[in-house]
Amino acid sequence: MAEPIISFERVNKWYGNDFHVLRDIDLVVAAGERIVVCGPSGSGKSTLIRCINRLEDHQEGRIVVTGIELSDDVKAIEQVRRQVGMVFQQFNLFPHLTVLENLTLAPMWVGKTPRKQAEENAMQQLERVKIAEQANKYPLQLSGGQQQRVAIARALCLTPKIMLFDEPTSALDPEMIKEVLDVMIELANQGITMICVTHEMGFAKAVADRVIFMDQGQIVEQNTPHEFFDRPQNERTKDFLSKILGS
Amino acid sequence: MAGSVFLPIPARPAPVKTEGVLPWMRANLFGNWVNSLVTALIAVAIGYAASAFLSWGLVNAVFAPSADQCQAARGSGACWGVIVEKFRIIIFGRYPYAEQWRPEIGTILLLGLLIMSCIRRFWKPWLVPAWIVVLFAFFSLMGGGRLGLSDVGSDQWGGLPLTIMLATLSIVFAYPLAILVALGRMSTLPAIRSLCIIYVELIRGVPLISVLFMASFMFPLFLPVGKSPDVLLRVLVGITLFSAAYLAEVVRGGLQAIPKGQVESSQSLGLTYWQTQRKIVLPQALAMVVPGIVNSFIAIFKDTSLVTIVSLYELTGAMGLALNSEADWRPFKIEGYLFITLIYFVFCFSMSRYSLWIEHQVGRSKTR
Repeated sequence: MAEPIISFERVNKWYGNDFHVLRDIDLVVAAGERIVVCGPSGSGKSTLIRCINRLEDHQEGRIVVTGIELSDDVKAIEQVRRQVGMVFQQFNLFPHLTVLENLTLAPMWVGKTPRKQAEENAMQQLERVKIAEQANKYPLQLSGGQQQRVAIARALCLTPKIMLFDEPTSALDPEMIKEVLDVMIELANQGITMICVTHEMGFAKAVADRVIFMDQGQIVEQNTPHEFFDRPQNERTKDFLSKILGS
Repeated sequence: MAGSVFLPIPARPAPVKTEGVLPWMRANLFGNWVNSLVTALIAVAIGYAASAFLSWGLVNAVFAPSADQCQAARGSGACWGVIVEKFRIIIFGRYPYAEQWRPEIGTILLLGLLIMSCIRRFWKPWLVPAWIVVLFAFFSLMGGGRLGLSDVGSDQWGGLPLTIMLATLSIVFAYPLAILVALGRMSTLPAIRSLCIIYVELIRGVPLISVLFMASFMFPLFLPVGKSPDVLLRVLVGITLFSAAYLAEVVRGGLQAIPKGQVESSQSLGLTYWQTQRKIVLPQALAMVVPGIVNSFIAIFKDTSLVTIVSLYELTGAMGLALNSEADWRPFKIEGYLFITLIYFVFCFSMSRYSLWIEHQVGRSKTR
C-alpha cells in the first residue's frame, strides 16, 4: 500500500455524554484511493467523514490527514481544510452569491489568488462539471442536480488532495442523480483521493477500490466491491445488503 | 378516456372587472348595499374630521407672528404665528443667536453626507475619509474655539442639529457594536458569551432615562472634579450602549436563521471564523432583519428627545424652551408640537421608505 494520506487510530467520539457515535475506528486511506462508506442511518458514517476535516471533533484517538494531526490547533485545521474538499447532501451553496462568486470565494480569500486568475480557474471547474453557462446565475435559480454539480466544482477550486462526499445524491430527484454521479465518476477516474458516503451501489461497483460497511459506530466490514457485494462475511452486512439491493 | 382529443378552453375575462378607478370603486366600495352604507358612513366621518381640521388649521388660523391676534383666535383657529416667531429657537435651541449660521452649515453638511451615504452610486472608499472630515467640520463649527470662531460650550448646543448629530452618531457606533455583541452571544467561548448576555440583559432591564441620568449625573461623581468628559459625550455613549443592546438582539435573530450548513460549507473551504462571518453569515443575516434594524434606527432617532431631561435641549426640548420662555406664547403648545411632529415624521418616514428600497436591493439574489 502506498503512503497513507488519512489515518484513524482507535478514534472514539461521543455526542453528549451517552451517545457513543464512533467506536474504536481504525482506518488507513492511501493517496489516490477511492472509498465508499455505507451503512444504516445513525451508524456514524457521516460523522466519520466529517471528522476528516474537523467539522466534528473526536475525543479519543488520533486522526492524521496529509501528515497533519487534527487537534484544537486552528491553524492546522485550516491547513487541512485547504486540502480537503467536501460536498454536502444539501449542497450548501451560498445563496447570496452568484455561482461564479461561490467558486471564487475560497481561492480569493483563503488561497489569496487574484480575482482574474480565480475566475479563470473557476470557469474551468464549471466546464468540468458541464455547467459553465450558468456562471452568473444565483444558486436558487438552478435545479438540484445543477446545484450539486456547482458544489462539486466549488470544492475542486482549491485543488484539494482529498474529496469527501456526504450522501451527495440523497436530496436529489431521481432523474438528476445520474448527472451528479457522472461527474463523480469522471473525477474518480482522474486519481483524486475520494471518500464517499452513499447508497448508490452501482457507483460503488464502478469506481470504488474499497467499500466500508458501518453499523452502530463501528467498521463492521471492509473489502473490495467485488468481494463485498458477492461474498459479504458478516451477518449484519448480508442483512443490510439484502435490504438495499432488494433481493 | 382513450382516444379523446385535447380541447383547450379559451381564456375568459375575470367575472368582476377591477382595473381602472370606477370599476375598482364599484367592486371595492359599492359592491353591495352593506358596503355602500359603510363607505358612505366613513366618507361622512372623514369629511367631518377633515373640515374641522381645515377650519382650525387653515381658515381660522393666524399666520402672523402676533400674540394678540393669536389670543383672539384661541379655541377657533390655530396660531401658526408662534412657529414664525419662535422658529430660530425651536430649530437651534439655546445656541447664540448671532452664531446660528454655524450649526446651520454644519447640519447641512452632515445631512448632505448622510443622504449621499444612502445612495449606491456613492458607496466608494472615499466615503470614510469624507465622514471624518465632515464630522470634524461639524464639531469645529458647533464648538468653535479655533479659526476665529467664538467658543460655544456643548451645554448651549440644541435643537435640530443636536437631534441629528446624536441620532447619527449613536446609530453609526451602535450598529457595529450590536453586530459584535450578537456574534458574541452566539459564540462558543463561554466567557465572551456570558459577557454579552450580561450586557444585553442589564441594559434592557433599565429605561433609557435612567441610563441618561447615570451618564449625566452619577458618572462624574466617580471621577475627580473637572476630569469627567463632556456631558454630550457621556450622553452619546449612553444612547449608543443602550441602542446597541436592542439592535444586537435584532441582529441575533438574523444570525439564528442562517442554516448550520452555510457555516459548515464555509469552514470546509478553509475560511476562518471572521471570513465566514463577514462573507457568508452576516450578509445573509443582516439582509433578513433589515426591517428590524431600521425599526431600531427610527426608535433611536426619536429616543434622542429624552436627553432633554439632562438639560440638553434637542428639538423637543428646544420647542418647550421656545414656548415656555414667554407667557404670551405659552398657550400654543399644540401648534408647536404639531410642527416638530412634522419634522420627526419627515425623518422617520424617509428612513422607513429607505428601508423598503434596501429590502428590495438585498432581495434580488432570491428572485428565481
